[in-house]
Amino acid sequence: MGGFELQVLQIIISGMAQGCIYGLIALGFVLIYKATETVSFAQGELMMLGAFAGLAGMTLLGFPFWLGVLSSVAAMALFGVALERAVIRPILGQPAFSIVMLTIGIGYVARGLITMIPNIGTETHTFPVPYKDQIWKVGGLVLNVEQMVVIAATAVLSALLYVMFKYSKLGVAMQASSQNQLAAYYMGIPVKRLNGLVWGLAAAVAAVAGLLLAPITFVHANMGFIGLKAFPAAVVGGFGSLPGAIVGGLIIGVVEALSGFFLPEGFKDIAAYVVVLVMLMVKPNGLFGEKLRKKV
Amino acid sequence: MRFIFKTDYQQDIRLAKHGGHWFWYGLLLALLVAAPWLIPEYWLAQLTFVLIYSIVGLGLMLLAGFTGLFSLGHAAFMGVGAYTQAALTQAGVPFPLALLAAGLLSAAAGMVVGLPALRVKGIYLGIATLAFGFIVEEVFARWESVTGGNAGTHLKAPDLLGWKLDTGESFYGLCLVIAVLATLAILNLLRSPTGRAFVAIRDSEISAQSMGIHLARYKTMSFALSAALAGVGGALYAHKLAFISPDQFNIVQSIDLLLMVVIGGLGSVHGAFLGAIFLITMPQFIALGKDYLPAVIGQAPGLQGVVYGVVLIAFVLFEPMGLYGRWLKVRTYLQVFPFYRKGMFKRQKSFQKSERLR
Repeated sequence: MGGFELQVLQIIISGMAQGCIYGLIALGFVLIYKATETVSFAQGELMMLGAFAGLAGMTLLGFPFWLGVLSSVAAMALFGVALERAVIRPILGQPAFSIVMLTIGIGYVARGLITMIPNIGTETHTFPVPYKDQIWKVGGLVLNVEQMVVIAATAVLSALLYVMFKYSKLGVAMQASSQNQLAAYYMGIPVKRLNGLVWGLAAAVAAVAGLLLAPITFVHANMGFIGLKAFPAAVVGGFGSLPGAIVGGLIIGVVEALSGFFLPEGFKDIAAYVVVLVMLMVKPNGLFGEKLRKKV
Repeated sequence: MRFIFKTDYQQDIRLAKHGGHWFWYGLLLALLVAAPWLIPEYWLAQLTFVLIYSIVGLGLMLLAGFTGLFSLGHAAFMGVGAYTQAALTQAGVPFPLALLAAGLLSAAAGMVVGLPALRVKGIYLGIATLAFGFIVEEVFARWESVTGGNAGTHLKAPDLLGWKLDTGESFYGLCLVIAVLATLAILNLLRSPTGRAFVAIRDSEISAQSMGIHLARYKTMSFALSAALAGVGGALYAHKLAFISPDQFNIVQSIDLLLMVVIGGLGSVHGAFLGAIFLITMPQFIALGKDYLPAVIGQAPGLQGVVYGVVLIAFVLFEPMGLYGRWLKVRTYLQVFPFYRKGMFKRQKSFQKSERLR
């Protein structure tokens, strides 16, 4: 392979790593959307909270790396369940837009509260991971270990979620309640409790995304804005499809990386939005979206 | 007690329903006209911002509150208006023409964004407008020959047919006139067949369609009108600040605008004004209250975000009709004085409906 192909391959790989992050955040949107038909604009902020939880565990409490990761994911899962119980459940059934505004409000509060922590909130922090700044050389390719970890972790997480939704009782119940809540309720599925668990799961996935992103970009209060790029990922994949979210994220990540390389400056930042506008014009249901029609 | 006996359809659609309306709105208008002589310079400037945001808010209210279409990129329309105004006045175009062009160009942009609205619904539309907002912001930052790029661009004081509006008082007068005209236009629109069609689309698209309402036409029209008002508001905003840069029209501004109409009260013209008052005065109140809080909380940089978020959550949870809804309750309480019952404004119990099948 020549130098040019290697360079492009390199860019595609780093785009994939970025795309995995988008995909993981989008996974959270899709989980919540499928289960409760609501769209959470706080997903990026949940990711930010997850990263800060990991940071707090490792620096303030002095946990080892693995314990810090596990504890922050567990803490975020609990936080998600509590959030659903406290503010989302009371307005379930109200117009979808109220819930969008509510989650925007949650995002504001989360970002503000983190910023308010003296000396910590306004700074940017490096995230101490054992694989920091390491590089693998594979036949001329220079692979950043941080990015490889992102891709591998996303693959493992997707496989786990796939197995859960396919084979476990809980996953099947979640699928049922996302397809038809009333029918699921009649079958004896506790729909409300499941909704709470879905929020917990989405928050946990967001925490994983935050922990994976943290070594690459630093931890700071505004890192949640990356969540706005996960919307295009979710739409491209089809808003109701779990594998679609990851695929959409990968597409957005790679397109973004390539347009940063080939197109003039400025296109990188809006590539994701151009892709989503084109997608909405051409195929509004996304790549894997289900097409449902109302029958009168 | 006031009893209104309606004997005529004209009476039903009259703007002022009874003498009380004439009196109170007349008094409000008189106070607003007299404001430059009554309140200090600083608060007059804040009042000018309230009027400007109300004009933008009226536009967004028409779209979100009355047509039921949500835009997460409304700041982009404001930006189109502001930059059109800046470019045209710099080129020597008279102020009224430039303002007209700002409104028309924003309306054209609104029609373009309205096109996906014909195919996509709900959250998809939100994301389409979000994407549009980001793209427009990037265009403002990159099209340096016209917009001045990230360094921003300056505006001269508006020149109204030889009459220079370079004082705070005269510019306030201009904003007041435009705000009153915009309000009257929206009120008239809402009692016309077009406005009724918008409300019908909000309540149920399927029934609106079966009543013979051309969905595509009315949705595009709503987008265009809303964007035009945002553009006019943006043009005034640009003149008021005398300096604009792309980051004044970013996603945060769009979300602030949405916050404004939701807190003001979706589906009420009053809401646009109440929301604008909230949006402008809230930072002032936070600044005033800071000194009474312990330094750790009061001086922290994130306080404003927390307050906004908590207020927003509280309104969605407890007062979905916003500030206007709260006012309605207070007014009803006073009107029926000893007979107010607890359940009069009880939220209707609703069950979750699937949007996927709509």
